Amino acid sequence: MTATVPVETARRTPLVELRDIRVAFGGVHAVDGVTVDLYPGEIVGLVGGNGAGKTTLIRTLSGAHPADSGRVFIGGEEVTIDTPRAAKDLGIETIYQTLALADNIDAPGNMFLGREVTTRFGNLDSTAMEDATRKLMNRLNPKFQAFVTPVNSLSGGQRQSVAIARAVHFNARILIMDEPTAALGPAETRQVRDLIKQLRAEGIGIFLISHDIHDVFDLADRISVMLQGKLVGTVNKDDVTVDQVLAMIIMGKKPGEVTQSDIAGLH
Amino acid sequence: MAETEITTTEREPEAQPEDEPRPRSFREMLRSAEIDGRLAGMLIALAIIWVGFHFLSGGTFFTPRNLWNLSVQTSVVAIMATGMVLIIVERHIDLSVGALMAAVGMVMGLLQNDWLPRAIGFDHPWTWVISLVAGLVLGALIGGFQGGIIAYLGVPSFIVTLGGFLVWRGVAWWLASGQTIAPMDSNFRLLGGGAEGTIGGTWSWIVGGLACVGIVALQVMKRRQRAKYGFRLRPFWVEIALGVFACAAVLGAVAFLNRYYLPPLLAEQRGAPPGAQISLGLAFPVLITLAVTVLMTFLATRRRFGRYVYAIGGNPEAAELAGIKTKRTVLRTFMLMGALVGLAGAVQIARLNAAVSSLGTGMELSVIAAAVIGGTSFSGGIGTIPGAVLGALVMQSLVSGMVLMGVEAPLQDIVVGAVLVAAVTLDTIIRRRAT
Repeated sequence: MTATVPVETARRTPLVELRDIRVAFGGVHAVDGVTVDLYPGEIVGLVGGNGAGKTTLIRTLSGAHPADSGRVFIGGEEVTIDTPRAAKDLGIETIYQTLALADNIDAPGNMFLGREVTTRFGNLDSTAMEDATRKLMNRLNPKFQAFVTPVNSLSGGQRQSVAIARAVHFNARILIMDEPTAALGPAETRQVRDLIKQLRAEGIGIFLISHDIHDVFDLADRISVMLQGKLVGTVNKDDVTVDQVLAMIIMGKKPGEVTQSDIAGLH
Repeated sequence: MAETEITTTEREPEAQPEDEPRPRSFREMLRSAEIDGRLAGMLIALAIIWVGFHFLSGGTFFTPRNLWNLSVQTSVVAIMATGMVLIIVERHIDLSVGALMAAVGMVMGLLQNDWLPRAIGFDHPWTWVISLVAGLVLGALIGGFQGGIIAYLGVPSFIVTLGGFLVWRGVAWWLASGQTIAPMDSNFRLLGGGAEGTIGGTWSWIVGGLACVGIVALQVMKRRQRAKYGFRLRPFWVEIALGVFACAAVLGAVAFLNRYYLPPLLAEQRGAPPGAQISLGLAFPVLITLAVTVLMTFLATRRRFGRYVYAIGGNPEAAELAGIKTKRTVLRTFMLMGALVGLAGAVQIARLNAAVSSLGTGMELSVIAAAVIGGTSFSGGIGTIPGAVLGALVMQSLVSGMVLMGVEAPLQDIVVGAVLVAAVTLDTIIRRRAT
């Protein structure tokens, strides 16, 4: 499935390689033998319809739900990711679709959840955490000012900013973004897109899950398409058209297999 | 704000860039002073209850003697309520605390009344320490055992602690075949207060003074810390006013309670000249409660453990995904609850000067009610420890006031039950409006 990797990236070691990943819930194969990879400084868009298995696949990498079988390589080394903690220790940060925020806790508390800054006596250093959050938010979303209110009183966009800030702050090597702009307005979406590009320029590898095909086309270098738990294929964005990707998503047909009448049927 | 690099164009000019606009309403003023509105509301409610009962009872409520007794009577429930807050915040419940108190109390009673005297003699100076530590450890172990079943085996806490409610009551009966174990060790008895178990007037002033020093030191530290990072500070006059108010409240309470004197006969027995007035001062159970409140508040707000408890309550999945060891945290919370039950049990048997198998019957409900009146939400994630202690005080005030008025017991229950529901209803409505 990696035949379409560009020549210049093929020579390097992939940052992430998920090989033959399988996850089943009861008798349902949510992810059925999927192999994808990700290189440093690259954005791989993961697309597919509802229930295609995108989120389940990515949850195996973030440690939220370990795979039933398959192998995971980070920087060429095989690893076991069985907890969210293990993923974070490997430099994998995730922005979940649900945002995974503790609603009753303020923005700095959420940003540092599980990785609190403490004084030398082991007490929470709230001011240091607030300071770090303010500095980062200044960069990500300068309008954000709600540093002491619980995040449940924030708008969808503000909450998303907190989730993004949390993923960015800890110097991730690998970023997983599950619908990062779903709750955002146009201006904020543009901001997040700029941020994603900036992170790519810094050499971070990003898995981007999105239902918005234009989002993916704007940002991704390669696109992996899933359908009913299986990988349809991975393509270079520059080699395909939006229609061809849509054909992959809906019919499970790779660009070579699609006929003109198929394309016509999409519209 | 000066180091902003990436700015959006649509940023509006703001009068005060750092925070919300200038306070307009009383509510906003409270917020800018960073005063906990719910806690302030409870204090006001408590004041109304006290003043109301004072008039209704013909001037017997707001007296040093009554408030001194009230403070002691509140202790046992308040100590346990501090732990119950964290349990309920975590979306769990502990119905076993009353029964567990009986079982642990019985063990502590037997230790000092029967087992230890055989080994080291009656009224040995170490007896009270050994008994107390045994109670704390045993409580923590049993709490941890129940917490382990809840956290690691996934059995609902309601079921596990309902089982505990039956089991530990039975164990308490069995330990002494239903007999009353009395008397307690003479040092241990001090834990329960009474005429002996107090620190006297002078020491009460010292404790009050230290509390004031602590309050001011906390304020200064927090202010310095915020100034270091260039954060917005509370207006200076607000800071001063808060400090003065808090210290005045502490010292006022000490002054008031210190006016409760030893009965003349007892005073003379202690060698005081006839007519001299000897203050009892703060009772040990009250000091224990205050220390537990401070410690538990610290644990809940300044330590990782507390942060994780609240995170689990706010969003269990998010806590898990953040890499928090949620099961271990839940187990520890129940362990802590168990230890607090042990401590409360020690105070209770010391007060009664006896261990009985019916100890703490129905108390689990008082403890839960105290936490809930204190603003703890059953939907999880919300609740404070000072709130729960105040909740316990509100409940005890109601009971105490009605006793003074000569209200019959069934009517007392009706009133307390109605107040419980009314308080939570009010809280729910306010919270819904706020968001």
